[in-house]
This record gives sequence, C-alpha cells and structure tokens, in this order.
Amino acid sequence: MSRRLRLCVFGVGALGFAALLVWGLAGLASFGEFDGRYGQLLAHLTVPERKATSSISVTTFDFRGVDTLGEEFILFTAAVGVLVLLRIQRAGEDVAAEPARTRRPTADSKTLRSIAAALVGPVLVLGLYIVAHGHLTPGGGFQGGVILMTAFLLIYLAGTHLHMGRARPLDAMEISEALGAAGFALLGIGGMVLAGAYLQNFISFGMVGSLLSGGVIPLLNVSVGFEVMGALLVVLAELLDQRLLMRRDHR
Amino acid sequence: MSFLPYAVAAWLFLVGLYGIVTSRNLIHLVVCLTVVQASTYVLLLAVGYRTGGTAPIYADISTSRKVVDPIVATLTLTDVVVEATVAALLLSLAVQAHRRFGTLDPDELGAMRG
Amino acid sequence: MTAVQAVALIVVAFGGTAVVLARDPARQALVASVFGLSLAVLFLAFQAPDVALSQIVVGAVALPAMITLALRKVQRREEAQGDER
Repeated sequence: MSRRLRLCVFGVGALGFAALLVWGLAGLASFGEFDGRYGQLLAHLTVPERKATSSISVTTFDFRGVDTLGEEFILFTAAVGVLVLLRIQRAGEDVAAEPARTRRPTADSKTLRSIAAALVGPVLVLGLYIVAHGHLTPGGGFQGGVILMTAFLLIYLAGTHLHMGRARPLDAMEISEALGAAGFALLGIGGMVLAGAYLQNFISFGMVGSLLSGGVIPLLNVSVGFEVMGALLVVLAELLDQRLLMRRDHR
Repeated sequence: MSFLPYAVAAWLFLVGLYGIVTSRNLIHLVVCLTVVQASTYVLLLAVGYRTGGTAPIYADISTSRKVVDPIVATLTLTDVVVEATVAALLLSLAVQAHRRFGTLDPDELGAMRG
Repeated sequence: MTAVQAVALIVVAFGGTAVVLARDPARQALVASVFGLSLAVLFLAFQAPDVALSQIVVGAVALPAMITLALRKVQRREEAQGDER
C-alpha cells in the first residue's frame, strides 16, 4: 500500500474516530462535577481505618493493592525484556562496545562534574525521604525509586564510579530489582498466611502521622522503591553498554 | 470552556496517532507513543477532578474537606513509571531492528537486509 | 476551571504538537523533556501532587535519557558500518 493511500485511509479513519471521541467525551459529567461515590468512600476511610494520611498511597497499596502488583510486574517484565534484547545483541555484536577509557560526556566541564558530585548526597537523601514518608505525604515507592535512580545517574555524570567493595554495582542493582519485586509478592503471601487474604494487612496500624503507621504500607513502599530504582538503573546501564554501573578496575 | 480538558486529551491522542502513522524514524515513533500515553493521563485526571477540591492528603487538612478523587491519581501514577519502562523496551526493539535491517525507517523494514 | 489549569492545558496541547512535529529524534528528546515538565505543572494544577512528582522525574530525566542513549547506540553502529565500507 503506497504511502499516500495509507495517509488517506488514516485521514478518513481519524475523522471518524475524532467524531466518535468528541461525542463520547461530551457525554461525560461536566468538568469538576464528578460525583464518584467509590473514590469519596476510599478518601474518607483513609484516616479512620488505615491510620495513614495520604489517601493516594493507601489506595495504591492497600485498597487497590492487587492492581499495583500487576503494574509492578509489568515494570519488571519490561526491564527483563530490555536486558534480554540488548545483551544478546551485544553478545553477537560486530560493533565494539564503548571502550572502557572513553572520556565521559562531562569530562571537559569541571563545573558540571562538581555540581553533579555535590548533588549526589542530597538527591539520595531526598529519594529515601520520599520513599519512607509515602504514606504520610505525597510520594511513595514509585516516585522515590525514580529519584534514587537519578542519584546514581549523577554519579556517572560526575565522572566517577560507584564503589561497593568487592561486589559489582550492576549485580547489586539487579538483585535490588529482583528483591523489590519478590518482596511485594511475599508481603502479599504474608497477608494470606497471617491475616486470611492476599495483601491483607497483618501489622498493627500505629498512630496517625507517625512514620511507622499504615500497617504494611511502608514495607510495600520500600520494596517498590527498590524495584523501580533497580529496574530503571539496569535499563539505563544496558543502554550505555554497562558503563553506567562499572567497577573502577573494569575487567 | 469546561470541555477544554477533554478536548486537549482528544487532541493529544489524535496528534500522537498522526505522528505514529507518518513517522519515518522508529525512535521518533516511540516518542509519539508517549504523547498518546500523556493524553490518557490528562483524561483520567480531568475526570476525577472536583471543583473546589484539594489534594487528598490529610496530613494538614481536616478530614471533612472536599478532595479530588484518589483512584484516578493512583492509576495515573503507577502508569507513568510503567509506561516509561515500556517505552525503553520499544526503544531497544528499535535498536534491534536497526541491527537486523540496517535502517530505522518503518517503510523500509523487511525490504533491506543490512 | 481556574486560569492556571486553562493555561497549563493550552501549553500541554502545544507541547504535544511540537513533540510530534520535531522529526529529528535528537531534537525531539529535548522537546519531550519540556513537554514532560509542562505535563507535571498540569498535574499539579489538577491537585494530584503524587502524579506530578512521578512525571517530573520520568518525563524530564529518564525518558529523554533513554531516547538519547538509544539514538547513540544506533549512530555508533552506523559509524562503524560507514568505516567498514
């Protein structure tokens, strides 16, 4: 089918689709007049039943926890898919991977490198704070995990390496991703064993507003945070031919 | 005027779809897909909004205050992170296609052998 | 609908069009980063701070980084093949 013919078919289809879309959207409640009872019920049950103050976090991990389990495993599977595609490609590669002594993209700019190095600590602390306070303020595992990923990316931009003793940082990130995904599923099984239903809460709820409130929700936040950080770092490292999480004495 | 959020969501969807259909570069195609994803986020949050409502975080407001719907925010926030990783998967598929066929042009995939 | 929401919606609509119309992927990555930021402002105007937090980091940092890196992988392969010929 030639390109012009394809564009004509798309034009006709798009016009019809646009008409249907506008007709369908016009049937929605007017903007701001949404009267969904289920959402209001969940919002009002947050503080009395779960002793946590962020109703979005409680909805994500407690009331609709099974949906989040599914989304988390989509993330895990997509990261595994990227690894499989890019590593097999590199195994049979005729183009050499980036040489180990390549100048980093920020090698010429001392300002950029100093700023990046100075920001690693604060961003790390910010990420941990957002993961830990997910059930109290806006934040949680997903947001905090992405911020933690940014901290490690800043290490790469600062032109230095992550030193983790004898362990390879890339292995550590893969383990973090796997532990996060497994942790979520295992906490659900703990709910099944100790409280009767999958992902049911089995820890005491504590006081409203304290860091250890909300039952199982802080633990789920931590495991999701590890998983998101690990998955995104492993994906970015693979796109950089594993120069992102390299050990200093790369062999 | 109150139809503007839904109109913007519909517009983003159509413009992203146009970009996907007329794209000449697989990587450009994946980024147009993220525009289509953005249209679903706008639609979800526009549906859940309540006039005069505030964010459903009760850390500093009383529990009887009017809040926006928390369910659509839940759906959207997990979606944002997950769709980024799916986009990474599609980008690595594009890289793999370039390796097999030598070109990133969707019209020429399958015709050339790199 | 407040003025902030209306302005944010218009900026998002223009941003989405700009992302599609930027045909060169290297330039498109930058436009996508700005589009991600404008989406985050829109989410804040819709009283959803959690979503805005996710969108800021993902849309402005992670996604453009992935696009640029994938592009670089493709360009390195093209350079290597160009050297062979």
